[in-house]
Amino acid sequence: MSIIDPATFNELKQMSGVDFINELIDAFLDDGPDMIQNMYTALDEKDIESFRRNAHSLKSNANTFGATELGTLAKELEFMAKENNLEVGNRLEVLKEAFGKVAEELKGMRT
Amino acid sequence: MRFAHEPGYLLVVDDNKVNRILLARGLEGDGHKVETAENGKRALEKLRTDSFDLVLLDIEMPEMNGYQVLETCLRDPELRDIPIIMTSSLDEIDSVVKCVELGAEDYLNKPVNPILLRARVNASLEKKRLRDEQRKLFRTFATREVADELLRTGFSLGGKYVNASVMFADIRSFTAIGEKQEPSDTIELLNNYFALMFEAIVGHNGTVNQLEGDGLMAIFGAPIHHDAHREHAVRAALEMIELLKGFNIEQAAQNKIPIKIGIGIATGRVIAGYTGTQYRATYTCVGDTVNIAARIEKHTKEAQRPIMIDQYTSEGLPNDIELEALGPMLFKGKQQAIHIFAVKG
Repeated sequence: MSIIDPATFNELKQMSGVDFINELIDAFLDDGPDMIQNMYTALDEKDIESFRRNAHSLKSNANTFGATELGTLAKELEFMAKENNLEVGNRLEVLKEAFGKVAEELKGMRT
Repeated sequence: MRFAHEPGYLLVVDDNKVNRILLARGLEGDGHKVETAENGKRALEKLRTDSFDLVLLDIEMPEMNGYQVLETCLRDPELRDIPIIMTSSLDEIDSVVKCVELGAEDYLNKPVNPILLRARVNASLEKKRLRDEQRKLFRTFATREVADELLRTGFSLGGKYVNASVMFADIRSFTAIGEKQEPSDTIELLNNYFALMFEAIVGHNGTVNQLEGDGLMAIFGAPIHHDAHREHAVRAALEMIELLKGFNIEQAAQNKIPIKIGIGIATGRVIAGYTGTQYRATYTCVGDTVNIAARIEKHTKEAQRPIMIDQYTSEGLPNDIELEALGPMLFKGKQQAIHIFAVKG
Protein backbone atom coordinates (compact mmCIF):
# COMPACT_ATOMS: atom_id res chain seq x y z
CA MET A 1 0.00 0.00 0.00
CA SER A 2 1.22 3.41 -0.91
CA ILE A 3 2.09 5.79 1.94
CA ILE A 4 0.28 8.54 0.05
CA ASP A 5 -3.45 8.05 -0.23
CA PRO A 6 -4.14 8.40 -3.97
CA ALA A 7 -7.69 9.71 -3.55
CA THR A 8 -6.57 12.58 -1.29
CA PHE A 9 -3.62 13.35 -3.51
CA ASN A 10 -5.76 13.49 -6.64
CA GLU A 11 -8.26 15.75 -4.96
CA LEU A 12 -5.41 18.02 -3.98
CA LYS A 13 -4.09 18.01 -7.53
CA GLN A 14 -7.53 18.95 -8.75
CA MET A 15 -7.85 21.80 -6.33
CA SER A 16 -4.42 23.31 -6.82
CA GLY A 17 -4.37 22.61 -10.53
CA VAL A 18 -1.76 20.41 -12.19
CA ASP A 19 0.48 23.45 -12.64
CA PHE A 20 0.75 24.11 -8.96
CA ILE A 21 1.09 20.64 -7.54
CA ASN A 22 4.89 20.86 -7.95
CA GLU A 23 4.95 24.16 -6.07
CA LEU A 24 2.98 22.56 -3.24
CA ILE A 25 5.22 19.50 -3.08
CA ASP A 26 8.33 21.70 -3.06
CA ALA A 27 6.92 23.81 -0.24
CA PHE A 28 6.33 20.70 1.84
CA LEU A 29 9.76 19.23 1.05
CA ASP A 30 11.32 22.57 2.03
CA ASP A 31 9.37 23.20 5.21
CA GLY A 32 8.97 19.66 6.52
CA PRO A 33 12.61 19.17 7.61
CA ASP A 34 12.52 22.59 9.32
CA MET A 35 9.43 21.60 11.27
CA ILE A 36 11.09 18.40 12.44
CA GLN A 37 14.28 20.29 13.32
CA ASN A 38 12.19 22.82 15.25
CA MET A 39 10.65 19.96 17.19
CA TYR A 40 14.09 18.65 18.16
CA THR A 41 15.13 22.13 19.27
CA ALA A 42 11.87 22.60 21.18
CA LEU A 43 12.46 19.28 22.91
CA ASP A 44 15.95 20.41 24.00
CA GLU A 45 14.64 23.75 25.21
CA LYS A 46 11.51 22.24 26.75
CA ASP A 47 9.47 24.65 24.65
CA ILE A 48 6.20 22.75 24.69
CA GLU A 49 4.32 25.41 22.74
CA SER A 50 6.78 25.42 19.84
CA PHE A 51 6.87 21.61 19.84
CA ARG A 52 3.10 21.43 19.68
CA ARG A 53 2.80 24.05 16.94
CA ASN A 54 5.37 22.40 14.70
CA ALA A 55 3.79 19.00 15.21
CA HIS A 56 0.48 20.59 14.33
CA SER A 57 1.85 22.08 11.09
CA LEU A 58 3.45 18.82 10.05
CA LYS A 59 0.23 16.97 10.76
CA SER A 60 -1.72 19.50 8.74
CA ASN A 61 0.60 19.17 5.73
CA ALA A 62 0.75 15.38 5.93
CA ASN A 63 -3.04 15.23 5.87
CA THR A 64 -3.16 17.65 2.95
CA PHE A 65 -1.04 15.31 0.81
CA GLY A 66 -2.76 12.17 2.02
CA ALA A 67 0.31 10.98 3.97
CA THR A 68 -1.96 9.31 6.49
CA GLU A 69 0.61 7.52 8.60
CA LEU A 70 2.87 10.55 8.91
CA GLY A 71 -0.20 12.59 9.85
CA THR A 72 -1.11 10.16 12.61
CA LEU A 73 2.42 10.19 14.04
CA ALA A 74 2.52 14.00 14.06
CA LYS A 75 -0.93 14.16 15.62
CA GLU A 76 0.15 11.85 18.44
CA LEU A 77 3.07 14.15 19.22
CA GLU A 78 0.86 17.22 19.03
CA PHE A 79 -1.55 15.67 21.52
CA MET A 80 1.22 14.68 23.90
CA ALA A 81 2.44 18.28 23.91
CA LYS A 82 -1.11 19.47 24.49
CA GLU A 83 -1.11 17.40 27.66
CA ASN A 84 2.25 18.87 28.66
CA ASN A 85 3.95 15.57 28.04
CA LEU A 86 7.29 15.72 26.25
CA GLU A 87 8.30 12.14 27.13
CA VAL A 88 8.24 11.28 23.46
CA GLY A 89 10.68 8.37 23.53
CA ASN A 90 11.79 7.47 19.98
CA ARG A 91 8.65 8.91 18.41
CA LEU A 92 10.50 11.85 16.88
CA GLU A 93 12.96 9.49 15.14
CA VAL A 94 10.04 7.45 13.83
CA LEU A 95 8.42 10.64 12.59
CA LYS A 96 11.61 11.77 10.86
CA GLU A 97 11.95 8.44 9.12
CA ALA A 98 8.32 8.50 8.02
CA PHE A 99 8.79 11.99 6.61
CA GLY A 100 11.83 10.80 4.66
CA LYS A 101 9.76 8.08 2.99
CA VAL A 102 6.92 10.47 2.21
CA ALA A 103 9.38 12.98 0.78
CA GLU A 104 10.88 10.34 -1.53
CA GLU A 105 7.49 9.29 -2.76
CA LEU A 106 6.32 12.89 -3.30
CA LYS A 107 9.43 13.69 -5.31
CA GLY A 108 8.39 10.94 -7.70
CA MET A 109 4.89 12.39 -7.93
CA ARG A 110 6.05 15.72 -9.26
CA THR A 111 4.83 16.15 -12.80
CA MET B 1 -13.17 33.89 -18.89
CA ARG B 2 -16.38 34.34 -16.95
CA PHE B 3 -16.94 33.55 -13.30
CA ALA B 4 -20.21 32.65 -11.69
CA HIS B 5 -19.48 35.16 -8.94
CA GLU B 6 -17.91 38.55 -8.79
CA PRO B 7 -14.23 38.25 -7.91
CA GLY B 8 -13.08 39.59 -4.57
CA TYR B 9 -9.83 40.73 -2.99
CA LEU B 10 -8.91 38.15 -0.37
CA LEU B 11 -6.28 37.78 2.31
CA VAL B 12 -5.11 34.28 3.21
CA VAL B 13 -3.39 34.12 6.61
CA ASP B 14 -1.53 30.94 7.49
CA ASP B 15 1.91 30.25 8.94
CA ASN B 16 2.06 27.08 6.88
CA LYS B 17 3.36 27.62 3.35
CA VAL B 18 1.62 24.57 1.93
CA ASN B 19 -1.72 25.83 3.21
CA ARG B 20 -1.08 29.34 1.92
CA ILE B 21 -0.24 28.10 -1.57
CA LEU B 22 -3.13 25.69 -1.59
CA LEU B 23 -5.75 28.24 -0.53
CA ALA B 24 -4.32 31.02 -2.66
CA ARG B 25 -4.13 28.92 -5.83
CA GLY B 26 -7.59 27.49 -5.31
CA LEU B 27 -9.07 30.95 -4.89
CA GLU B 28 -7.09 32.48 -7.74
CA GLY B 29 -8.40 29.70 -9.93
CA ASP B 30 -11.86 30.97 -9.08
CA GLY B 31 -10.93 34.42 -10.32
CA HIS B 32 -10.24 36.11 -6.98
CA LYS B 33 -7.26 38.32 -6.29
CA VAL B 34 -5.32 36.88 -3.36
CA GLU B 35 -2.71 38.23 -0.96
CA THR B 36 -1.08 36.08 1.70
CA ALA B 37 0.37 36.71 5.15
CA GLU B 38 2.43 34.25 7.18
CA ASN B 39 1.43 35.41 10.64
CA GLY B 40 -1.11 37.49 12.51
CA LYS B 41 1.08 40.56 12.76
CA ARG B 42 1.70 40.71 9.02
CA ALA B 43 -1.99 40.10 8.43
CA LEU B 44 -2.99 43.15 10.48
CA GLU B 45 -0.41 45.30 8.69
CA LYS B 46 -1.87 44.27 5.35
CA LEU B 47 -5.43 44.74 6.52
CA ARG B 48 -4.62 48.27 7.63
CA THR B 49 -2.99 49.29 4.36
CA ASP B 50 -5.23 47.61 1.81
CA SER B 51 -8.94 47.11 1.63
CA PHE B 52 -9.85 43.44 1.51
CA ASP B 53 -13.24 41.86 0.92
CA LEU B 54 -12.61 38.74 2.95
CA VAL B 55 -10.01 37.09 5.20
CA LEU B 56 -9.27 33.38 5.51
CA LEU B 57 -7.62 33.07 8.90
CA ASP B 58 -5.69 30.19 10.41
CA ILE B 59 -6.08 29.79 14.18
CA GLU B 60 -2.78 28.12 15.04
CA MET B 61 0.05 30.59 14.34
CA PRO B 62 3.16 31.92 16.08
CA GLU B 63 3.55 35.62 17.02
CA MET B 64 -0.12 36.40 17.01
CA ASN B 65 -2.65 33.62 16.61
CA GLY B 66 -5.87 33.72 14.64
CA TYR B 67 -7.97 34.25 17.72
CA GLN B 68 -6.03 37.39 18.62
CA VAL B 69 -6.23 38.69 15.05
CA LEU B 70 -9.98 38.13 15.04
CA GLU B 71 -10.40 39.97 18.34
CA THR B 72 -8.28 42.88 17.14
CA CYS B 73 -10.27 43.18 13.92
CA LEU B 74 -13.61 43.09 15.69
CA ARG B 75 -12.56 45.88 18.04
CA ASP B 76 -11.32 48.09 15.21
CA PRO B 77 -14.12 50.10 13.54
CA GLU B 78 -12.10 50.19 10.31
CA LEU B 79 -11.68 46.41 10.18
CA ARG B 80 -14.70 44.94 11.88
CA ASP B 81 -16.83 44.82 8.75
CA ILE B 82 -14.44 42.57 6.84
CA PRO B 83 -15.81 39.03 7.01
CA ILE B 84 -13.39 36.50 8.45
CA ILE B 85 -13.54 32.77 7.75
CA MET B 86 -11.53 30.68 10.20
CA THR B 87 -9.54 27.78 8.80
CA SER B 88 -8.62 25.01 11.19
CA SER B 89 -8.08 21.31 11.52
CA LEU B 90 -10.91 19.14 12.73
CA ASP B 91 -9.55 18.71 16.24
CA GLU B 92 -9.57 22.45 16.87
CA ILE B 93 -13.36 22.52 16.89
CA ASP B 94 -13.48 24.13 20.35
CA SER B 95 -11.42 27.09 19.16
CA VAL B 96 -13.56 27.36 16.06
CA VAL B 97 -16.74 27.53 18.11
CA LYS B 98 -15.15 30.27 20.20
CA CYS B 99 -14.27 32.23 17.07
CA VAL B 100 -17.71 31.94 15.55
CA GLU B 101 -19.26 33.04 18.84
CA LEU B 102 -16.92 35.99 18.91
CA GLY B 103 -17.96 37.11 15.46
CA ALA B 104 -16.15 35.13 12.77
CA GLU B 105 -18.29 34.82 9.69
CA ASP B 106 -17.78 31.10 9.11
CA TYR B 107 -15.18 28.33 9.28
CA LEU B 108 -13.56 25.74 7.07
CA ASN B 109 -11.87 22.51 8.05
CA LYS B 110 -8.39 21.76 6.80
CA PRO B 111 -7.48 20.05 4.54
CA VAL B 112 -9.90 22.33 2.79
CA ASN B 113 -12.47 20.82 0.49
CA PRO B 114 -12.41 22.86 -2.72
CA ILE B 115 -16.17 22.81 -3.22
CA LEU B 116 -16.87 23.97 0.32
CA LEU B 117 -14.16 26.60 0.01
CA ARG B 118 -15.72 28.06 -3.10
CA ALA B 119 -19.23 27.96 -1.65
CA ARG B 120 -18.34 29.62 1.66
CA VAL B 121 -16.11 32.25 0.11
CA ASN B 122 -18.67 33.21 -2.49
CA ALA B 123 -21.49 33.28 0.06
CA SER B 124 -19.47 35.54 2.36
CA LEU B 125 -18.51 37.85 -0.47
CA GLU B 126 -22.11 38.07 -1.57
CA LYS B 127 -23.25 38.95 1.95
CA LYS B 128 -20.53 41.57 2.23
CA ARG B 129 -21.56 43.10 -1.09
CA LEU B 130 -25.14 43.39 0.10
CA ARG B 131 -24.03 44.98 3.36
CA ASP B 132 -21.74 47.39 1.50
CA GLU B 133 -24.56 48.40 -0.80
CA GLN B 134 -26.92 48.93 2.12
CA ARG B 135 -24.32 50.98 3.91
CA LYS B 136 -23.64 53.09 0.83
CA LEU B 137 -27.33 53.78 0.55
CA PHE B 138 -27.62 54.86 4.19
CA ARG B 139 -24.56 57.00 3.91
CA THR B 140 -26.11 59.12 1.24
CA PHE B 141 -28.63 60.13 3.86
CA ALA B 142 -26.74 59.90 7.10
CA THR B 143 -23.38 59.92 8.79
CA ARG B 144 -21.31 56.80 9.11
CA GLU B 145 -22.28 56.56 12.77
CA VAL B 146 -25.96 56.57 11.97
CA ALA B 147 -25.54 54.08 9.16
CA ASP B 148 -23.66 51.74 11.50
CA GLU B 149 -26.24 52.17 14.23
CA LEU B 150 -29.02 51.33 11.78
CA LEU B 151 -27.22 48.22 10.61
CA ARG B 152 -26.40 47.20 14.15
CA THR B 153 -29.89 47.61 15.55
CA GLY B 154 -31.45 46.13 12.44
CA PHE B 155 -34.00 48.91 11.96
CA SER B 156 -36.19 48.25 14.95
CA LEU B 157 -39.34 50.10 14.06
CA GLY B 158 -40.11 51.14 17.63
CA GLY B 159 -40.43 54.84 18.33
CA LYS B 160 -39.12 56.81 21.28
CA TYR B 161 -38.95 60.32 22.66
CA VAL B 162 -35.66 62.05 21.99
CA ASN B 163 -34.36 65.55 22.44
CA ALA B 164 -33.25 66.79 19.07
CA SER B 165 -32.93 69.77 16.76
CA VAL B 166 -34.99 69.69 13.60
CA MET B 167 -34.10 71.66 10.49
CA PHE B 168 -36.16 72.57 7.45
CA ALA B 169 -34.62 74.22 4.39
CA ASP B 170 -36.28 75.37 1.19
CA ILE B 171 -35.31 77.20 -1.96
CA ARG B 172 -37.22 80.45 -2.24
CA SER B 173 -39.51 80.92 -5.24
CA PHE B 174 -38.44 77.63 -6.66
CA THR B 175 -41.56 77.13 -8.75
CA ALA B 176 -40.80 80.37 -10.58
CA ILE B 177 -37.22 79.23 -11.20
CA GLY B 178 -38.50 75.98 -12.66
CA GLU B 179 -40.68 77.87 -15.13
CA LYS B 180 -37.79 80.00 -16.36
CA GLN B 181 -35.43 77.22 -17.43
CA GLU B 182 -35.21 73.82 -19.10
CA PRO B 183 -36.39 70.87 -16.99
CA SER B 184 -32.94 69.27 -17.28
CA ASP B 185 -31.35 72.45 -15.88
CA THR B 186 -33.78 72.43 -12.98
CA ILE B 187 -32.97 68.85 -12.05
CA GLU B 188 -29.25 69.51 -12.39
CA LEU B 189 -29.59 72.57 -10.19
CA LEU B 190 -31.42 70.56 -7.55
CA ASN B 191 -28.85 67.78 -7.59
CA ASN B 192 -25.93 70.17 -7.27
CA TYR B 193 -27.73 72.08 -4.56
CA PHE B 194 -28.62 68.99 -2.53
CA ALA B 195 -25.07 67.65 -2.82
CA LEU B 196 -23.80 70.80 -1.12
CA MET B 197 -26.48 70.87 1.55
CA PHE B 198 -25.93 67.21 2.41
CA GLU B 199 -22.24 67.88 2.79
CA ALA B 200 -22.90 70.64 5.32
CA ILE B 201 -25.52 68.67 7.25
CA VAL B 202 -23.76 65.31 7.36
CA GLY B 203 -20.51 67.14 8.16
CA HIS B 204 -22.15 68.43 11.33
CA ASN B 205 -23.55 65.07 12.46
CA GLY B 206 -26.99 65.67 11.00
CA THR B 207 -29.18 63.19 9.18
CA VAL B 208 -31.19 64.24 6.16
CA ASN B 209 -34.34 62.21 6.46
CA GLN B 210 -36.70 63.78 3.96
CA LEU B 211 -36.47 65.40 0.57
CA GLU B 212 -39.53 66.89 -0.99
CA GLY B 213 -39.19 68.88 -4.17
CA ASP B 214 -36.72 71.60 -3.33
CA GLY B 215 -37.12 71.18 0.43
CA LEU B 216 -35.34 69.02 2.93
CA MET B 217 -35.71 68.03 6.55
CA ALA B 218 -32.76 67.10 8.74
CA ILE B 219 -32.39 65.88 12.31
CA PHE B 220 -29.54 66.60 14.70
CA GLY B 221 -29.03 64.59 17.89
CA ALA B 222 -30.89 61.49 16.71
CA PRO B 223 -30.76 58.58 16.07
CA ILE B 224 -27.31 58.99 17.65
CA HIS B 225 -27.41 61.36 20.58
CA HIS B 226 -25.05 64.34 20.64
CA ASP B 227 -25.17 66.85 23.50
CA ALA B 228 -24.28 69.67 21.13
CA HIS B 229 -27.12 69.04 18.66
CA ARG B 230 -28.28 72.69 18.79
CA GLU B 231 -24.85 73.97 17.88
CA HIS B 232 -24.42 71.28 15.21
CA ALA B 233 -27.69 72.33 13.57
CA VAL B 234 -26.84 76.04 13.61
CA ARG B 235 -23.31 75.49 12.32
CA ALA B 236 -24.64 73.29 9.55
CA ALA B 237 -27.07 76.10 8.61
CA LEU B 238 -24.25 78.66 8.54
CA GLU B 239 -22.17 76.37 6.34
CA MET B 240 -25.14 75.81 4.03
CA ILE B 241 -25.44 79.58 3.49
CA GLU B 242 -21.66 79.83 2.98
CA LEU B 243 -21.62 77.01 0.43
CA LEU B 244 -24.56 78.57 -1.34
CA LYS B 245 -22.55 81.76 -1.94
CA GLY B 246 -19.97 79.77 -3.89
CA PHE B 247 -22.75 77.91 -5.66
CA ASN B 248 -24.35 81.19 -6.77
CA ILE B 249 -21.04 82.54 -8.08
CA GLU B 250 -20.80 79.44 -10.28
CA GLN B 251 -24.42 79.81 -11.36
CA ALA B 252 -23.79 83.45 -12.33
CA ALA B 253 -20.65 82.49 -14.26
CA GLN B 254 -22.77 80.13 -16.35
CA ASN B 255 -25.55 82.68 -16.80
CA LYS B 256 -27.78 80.60 -14.60
CA ILE B 257 -30.20 81.72 -11.92
CA PRO B 258 -28.79 82.26 -8.43
CA ILE B 259 -30.89 80.84 -5.61
CA LYS B 260 -31.80 81.89 -2.10
CA ILE B 261 -32.79 79.60 0.71
CA GLY B 262 -34.50 79.81 4.05
CA ILE B 263 -33.58 77.61 7.01
CA GLY B 264 -35.69 77.09 10.12
CA ILE B 265 -34.51 75.21 13.20
CA ALA B 266 -36.45 74.20 16.32
CA THR B 267 -35.34 72.17 19.30
CA GLY B 268 -37.27 70.00 21.72
CA ARG B 269 -38.74 66.63 22.37
CA VAL B 270 -39.69 64.69 19.28
CA ILE B 271 -40.99 61.22 18.66
CA ALA B 272 -38.36 59.52 16.60
CA GLY B 273 -38.38 56.15 14.94
CA TYR B 274 -38.57 54.26 11.71
CA THR B 275 -41.79 54.61 9.80
CA GLY B 276 -42.87 52.67 6.81
CA THR B 277 -43.00 49.01 6.00
CA GLN B 278 -40.46 46.25 6.03
CA TYR B 279 -39.60 47.12 2.45
CA ARG B 280 -39.38 50.84 2.62
CA ALA B 281 -38.71 52.62 5.88
CA THR B 282 -37.24 55.97 6.82
CA TYR B 283 -36.02 57.37 10.08
CA THR B 284 -38.23 60.27 10.96
CA CYS B 285 -39.33 62.60 13.72
CA VAL B 286 -42.80 63.86 14.41
CA GLY B 287 -44.27 66.18 16.99
CA ASP B 288 -44.66 69.82 17.81
CA THR B 289 -40.97 70.65 17.43
CA VAL B 290 -41.10 69.44 13.84
CA ASN B 291 -44.13 71.60 13.07
CA ILE B 292 -42.49 74.63 14.64
CA ALA B 293 -39.29 74.17 12.61
CA ALA B 294 -41.38 73.99 9.43
CA ARG B 295 -43.33 77.12 10.37
CA ILE B 296 -40.17 79.07 11.23
CA GLU B 297 -38.65 78.11 7.90
CA LYS B 298 -41.75 79.36 6.05
CA HIS B 299 -41.43 82.61 7.96
CA THR B 300 -37.81 83.29 6.90
CA LYS B 301 -38.95 84.81 3.61
CA GLU B 302 -41.22 87.36 5.22
CA ALA B 303 -38.66 88.15 7.92
CA GLN B 304 -35.95 88.39 5.26
CA ARG B 305 -33.49 86.41 7.33
CA PRO B 306 -31.89 83.25 5.87
CA ILE B 307 -31.53 81.35 9.17
CA MET B 308 -34.06 81.51 11.97
CA ILE B 309 -34.24 79.44 15.14
CA ASP B 310 -36.53 79.08 18.13
CA GLN B 311 -35.67 79.97 21.70
CA TYR B 312 -34.78 76.39 22.71
CA THR B 313 -32.25 76.17 19.92
CA SER B 314 -30.70 79.49 20.99
CA GLU B 315 -30.06 78.27 24.54
CA GLY B 316 -26.48 77.35 25.28
CA LEU B 317 -25.05 78.21 21.86
CA PRO B 318 -21.39 79.28 21.93
CA ASN B 319 -20.72 83.04 21.95
CA ASP B 320 -19.21 83.20 18.50
CA ILE B 321 -22.63 82.49 17.02
CA GLU B 322 -24.32 85.89 16.77
CA LEU B 323 -28.06 86.03 17.30
CA GLU B 324 -30.62 88.73 16.66
CA ALA B 325 -33.78 88.55 18.77
CA LEU B 326 -36.86 88.96 16.58
CA GLY B 327 -39.30 88.81 19.47
CA PRO B 328 -42.23 86.52 20.16
CA MET B 329 -44.22 85.22 17.25
CA LEU B 330 -47.56 83.48 17.21
CA PHE B 331 -47.76 80.79 14.58
CA LYS B 332 -50.95 79.52 13.06
CA GLY B 333 -52.48 76.75 15.14
CA LYS B 334 -50.28 77.46 18.19
CA GLN B 335 -51.59 78.67 21.51
CA GLN B 336 -48.37 80.22 22.76
CA ALA B 337 -46.05 82.72 21.15
CA ILE B 338 -42.53 81.47 20.39
CA HIS B 339 -39.42 83.60 20.73
CA ILE B 340 -37.56 83.67 17.46
CA PHE B 341 -33.94 84.53 16.71
CA ALA B 342 -32.13 85.14 13.48
CA VAL B 343 -28.63 83.73 13.16
CA LYS B 344 -26.21 86.20 11.62
CA GLY B 345 -24.00 84.68 8.99
